[in-house]
Amino acid sequence: MDIFLENFFNIDSLIQIYPLLVQGLELTLLLAIVTLPLAVLCGLLIAILYSFHIRWLNILLLIYVDVLRSFPVIVLLVLIFYGLPFLGLKLGSFAAVVMAITVNNSGYYGEILRAGVESVPKGQREAAHALGFGPIRTVVYIILPQAIRNVLAPLASNSLELVKTTSIAALVALPELLRSARVAQEQTYNPTPLTAAALIFFVLLWPFARWVAKLERRTMIVR
Amino acid sequence: MTTSTLAAADTAPMIRLRGVSKWYGDFQVLKKIDFEVARGERVVICGPSGSGKSTLIRCINRLEDHRDGEILVNGVTLDHSMRSVAAVRQDVGMVFQQFNLFPHLTVLQNLMIAPMKIKGVSKDEAEATAREYLLRVRIGEQAHKYPGELSGGQQQRVAIARALCMKPTAMLFDEPTSALDPEMIKEVLDVIVELAGQGMTMVCVTHEMAFARTVADRILFMDKGEIVEEAPPEAFFTNPRNERTKAFLGQILHR
Ligand SMILES: Nc1ncnc2c1ncn2[C@@H]1O[C@H](COP(=O)(O)OP(=O)(O)O)[C@@H](O)[C@H]1O
Ligand SMILES: [Mg+2]
Repeated sequence: MDIFLENFFNIDSLIQIYPLLVQGLELTLLLAIVTLPLAVLCGLLIAILYSFHIRWLNILLLIYVDVLRSFPVIVLLVLIFYGLPFLGLKLGSFAAVVMAITVNNSGYYGEILRAGVESVPKGQREAAHALGFGPIRTVVYIILPQAIRNVLAPLASNSLELVKTTSIAALVALPELLRSARVAQEQTYNPTPLTAAALIFFVLLWPFARWVAKLERRTMIVR
Repeated sequence: MTTSTLAAADTAPMIRLRGVSKWYGDFQVLKKIDFEVARGERVVICGPSGSGKSTLIRCINRLEDHRDGEILVNGVTLDHSMRSVAAVRQDVGMVFQQFNLFPHLTVLQNLMIAPMKIKGVSKDEAEATAREYLLRVRIGEQAHKYPGELSGGQQQRVAIARALCMKPTAMLFDEPTSALDPEMIKEVLDVIVELAGQGMTMVCVTHEMAFARTVADRILFMDKGEIVEEAPPEAFFTNPRNERTKAFLGQILHR
């Protein structure tokens, strides 16, 4: 037991590496704050384009979404960070991570929001058109508000996933929470920083996870 | 063009269809329809299910597009241009069988959103207009409820008020009472009768024959994509000439 505590909950080591962890947490949050709106926006764009029901465009969008869905985000990151430079595009590690997560999640958000758009009855669009709403205003004022409400639970759930996905940044040596913890562990020869990082993730995301669970249960009851 | 259209506007028909045809794949829904509605005229369209009534009135505000023929609404010829479609939709209000209120907006917001977002009417003015029409359709007290909290009859009256808030010069009704419980039909028809009394140009698809008799200047009977009979109510009911009309009236009046 003592060995366990000394290794995984070592207070001395924690005090020593505390600034590193805070710095890591800051970067994790920054990544989340930058990528989340970007990815939602891209997803929204996909859903809006889809909602115009232009046949060839919809086929392209479905292919885009399918490709991204069957592609591990970590592979995407490696391709962007280590592959793109061969095409003359060298991105910093932060930019590469933002791009990988945004592109990957744009597919997911796109798919979720598209399902939301499809869930709005045809009569809504017709009523809007009959009142004089053009295609864009119809989508903005009538279709999207209903669509988003109908898929709030999967939207929230995907956002939770997105925040967790930021830890892939460790792979390209960006010192977010996980990477900072690994550095700290190497400095202290003690895995306590890893425990701390795990705990921080948990404390950060657990309330959100509870909220998502509640949303999902409510959606199930309504349907 | 503008001056001549304006000069002609008073005498020209509000709605005029000439040789309008439409197909769904190989199936011809509308067969060379000729159809006019004068300003202030009230026309009722009836006919068996699937005869093309909805398609016909949905062509008038281009919820459906026709292939052949010409549609003229308040001096504007409907073509593929966004401008002609927008102009016609501003002039013509529509009420649907399924109400189609916006469920994410309150009753008041349902009435205010189009005037504000499309005509650029101020919030105060839009609200004043909305409240006025809510009173006219006799649901002034429900302004802050959501459509889902209202009965079918109330929802349909809100839908009528919503269309009126855009100050249309003509109204289209597609079976406005067909989705309602029997006890709510009258409250909706009363509102439409009142509107007719105020001189609104209207085209109404309905099987409510007593209503048609009081309101209509003219009744059209459609079958298989054609207008097969067209007469003032008295003549239509007492002396139908076409066999299909007779058969239809026999069915509908002796239920
Ligand atoms: N989108 C569509 N695609 C194919 N057929 C349709 C479509 N809409 C309507 N129809 C067909 O066109 C005919 C006329 O429909 P409609 O105008 O709704 O008739 P009504 O309103 O008189 O009942 C029906 O036979 C219907 O099945
Ligand atoms: Mg119909």
